[in-house]
Amino acid sequence: MTTAATATSKAAANPAGGNLRFYGIWLIGIAVLIVLPMIFSSGGSRTSFSLIGIAIVFALSYNILLGQTGLLSFGHAVHYGLGGFAACHMMNAVVSHGWPIPLPFIPLFGGLGGLVFAMIIGWVMTKRAGTVFAMISLGIGELVASSSLILRSVFGGEAGITTDRTALPKMLGWSFGPQLQVYYLIAFWLVLSAIAMYALTRTPLGRICNAVRDNPERVQFIGYDPHVVRYLAFCFAGFFAGIAGGLAAINFEIANSAYLGAIQSGLVLFSTFIGGTAYFFGPILGAILVTYLQLGLTNLTTAWQLYFGIIFIGIVMYSPGGIAGLLMMHRPLIRAGTLWTVIPSYLVAIVPTIALACGVILVTETVARFSGGDPINLFGIAFNPASPVTWITAAILAVGGFFVARLTWRRIAEAWDRAATVARDRGYLA
Amino acid sequence: MLELIVISTLNGVLFGMLLFLLSSGLTVIFSMMGVLNFAHASFYMLGAFFGFQLTKWIGFWPALVLAPLLVGAIGMAVERYGLRNTHKHGHVAELLLTFGLAFAIEEIVSMIWGKSPLDYRVPALLDFPAFTIFSTNYPAYKIFMLAVSVIIFVALLIVLKRTRVGLIVQAALTHPHMVGHLGHNVGRVFMLVFGVGSALAALAGVIAGPALVTQSDMAASLGPILFVVIVFGGLGSLPGAFVASLVIGLVQTFAVALDGSLASAFGPLDPSAGPSVLTDIWNVTVAQVAPIVPYLLLVIILIVRPMGLMGTRES
Repeated sequence: MTTAATATSKAAANPAGGNLRFYGIWLIGIAVLIVLPMIFSSGGSRTSFSLIGIAIVFALSYNILLGQTGLLSFGHAVHYGLGGFAACHMMNAVVSHGWPIPLPFIPLFGGLGGLVFAMIIGWVMTKRAGTVFAMISLGIGELVASSSLILRSVFGGEAGITTDRTALPKMLGWSFGPQLQVYYLIAFWLVLSAIAMYALTRTPLGRICNAVRDNPERVQFIGYDPHVVRYLAFCFAGFFAGIAGGLAAINFEIANSAYLGAIQSGLVLFSTFIGGTAYFFGPILGAILVTYLQLGLTNLTTAWQLYFGIIFIGIVMYSPGGIAGLLMMHRPLIRAGTLWTVIPSYLVAIVPTIALACGVILVTETVARFSGGDPINLFGIAFNPASPVTWITAAILAVGGFFVARLTWRRIAEAWDRAATVARDRGYLA
Repeated sequence: MLELIVISTLNGVLFGMLLFLLSSGLTVIFSMMGVLNFAHASFYMLGAFFGFQLTKWIGFWPALVLAPLLVGAIGMAVERYGLRNTHKHGHVAELLLTFGLAFAIEEIVSMIWGKSPLDYRVPALLDFPAFTIFSTNYPAYKIFMLAVSVIIFVALLIVLKRTRVGLIVQAALTHPHMVGHLGHNVGRVFMLVFGVGSALAALAGVIAGPALVTQSDMAASLGPILFVVIVFGGLGSLPGAFVASLVIGLVQTFAVALDGSLASAFGPLDPSAGPSVLTDIWNVTVAQVAPIVPYLLLVIILIVRPMGLMGTRES
């Protein structure tokens, strides 16, 4: 988290070149968003891209809490879900009253739904940070998710409320019936909210949020109330989560209690943390990876949640900076030109690490399919979950792979230390 | 009415003591290591499933001893190889580690035992009505559960307050370095406390398994209530957890037993008003609200007394 601060301060010290590269990255991102559905034009991939876009907005909003302000929330889906319900009700109201509000403005009402709830409940919740906040957010999340089943007229009970996005007034001649048009709507809001959230990190409020995360006492000494700062961050996070929920409501044309639940809150925590909380692009990476895995793995295996759990535990234990942290670690080495000294040890480590991963997968699938008896297909090789050969192979791969892999990881650490020392001598590493 | 009150009180105290059995382990772990163990309810679930499996193989009574020991060993391994390495990244990382663990345990359990409820029965020795009250038979097994919970509670209090072990544990809580300088292995103390906490949770699982439902989502449904108990009672306060467990156990049991709604008390609303939030609230029965009662209590206590019932620290 301190590395993020130093990285941004360096960028600020070099405005001319930094600006060009900064806007370049955003423009490339927008161009990719526009071109992507043209290259992968199948209906399935367009749906996936839409889901990933929603997940990115949601994960970025979560990072306002977790990464920027240091608030670990287990109930962030509440704002997402309420945003979804607000958007659905708004869409139905627009249709029944004949208001001239076209579909692209609907996510804004989703955002307002998330914001209003954050404003109401946030003041009590953000009184305390850390573990207490985590538990309270969990409790509030459960409260809202359970209440949604009782208040049937608003939340539609188990079935939820449905809506029809094509019934709204047209805009630019788009009916938003085809998935492609919905994708572009989501991409538009993704860019808009990403820019807004990035801008938020550069405002004085964003900076004070970081200060509250790192040292609330000191913030209090210089005259800011950490409680107010946390509350404001909470409201912003609620607003953007509501936008994500509104986009989801448009995409699925339904909002139900599953939007609000613990699973949704857990997924956004996974995405954000796996991607990395210290950098703005971390949650984006995480949301892409987790949504992609979720879509891909659910077809392949029944135990996909377990893989998530294992990946998550691995990240927490070995790389708390997430994937973004891992990537950014290499930047000073590239600049100092010492990265090549580390590469050989990476290559050596790949083989046993893959063996370990295969072992874990084989063990998991053997257990998962033991009663069913379906064969396991791992990279084209078929394994019978009931045969001892499979168990022995799995055990050898997992245990043997682990011990060999640990040796190679140690070598990486040594090579890394040497490379980092050189980089530090050349002045590229603080 | 009297019948309802007596039976609900009994059941409420029973549920409350069970909650306390779980939250005591969680509280001790939390106040020692500052780690909020998200996987605590998962250890409870593991206890129930191990209890079921061992009961099938070797009978209930050996299972009652063996299952908590096994889960305690798992807990110690988690502390030794997981939490201890994560400690340097701070408490949030530790909390996240246990969160991921809870996720993984739930998945593993449903992989091995399936997602449907297990046929985990009360042992034959205790399968009789203890006494008949208002023509309702009160099962002996529930009395047994209550007895175990009370015994554990008393034993825990004595160990923590009256013995040398408790002295070291309490000292390690506030002055870990000093205790280390005096020659105690603080790391091992932490590991043992974590193991004992997990074993307590598993014990609760073994005895609660036959009475409640044993299935793979039992941790996810109980976990949040456990955290409500901890926050409600005041973080790190064992007496607070005790009072909070009883309050929540009783309130929830009474809420389930009551069938009244505002509509039944004051008459239905004017039907011409149509369905709205107001009619929802008006018609909902107390029993339907029972699942959200603990969370409502949480919100109220946070507004009135943010440090919890008997908590001392502000953050």
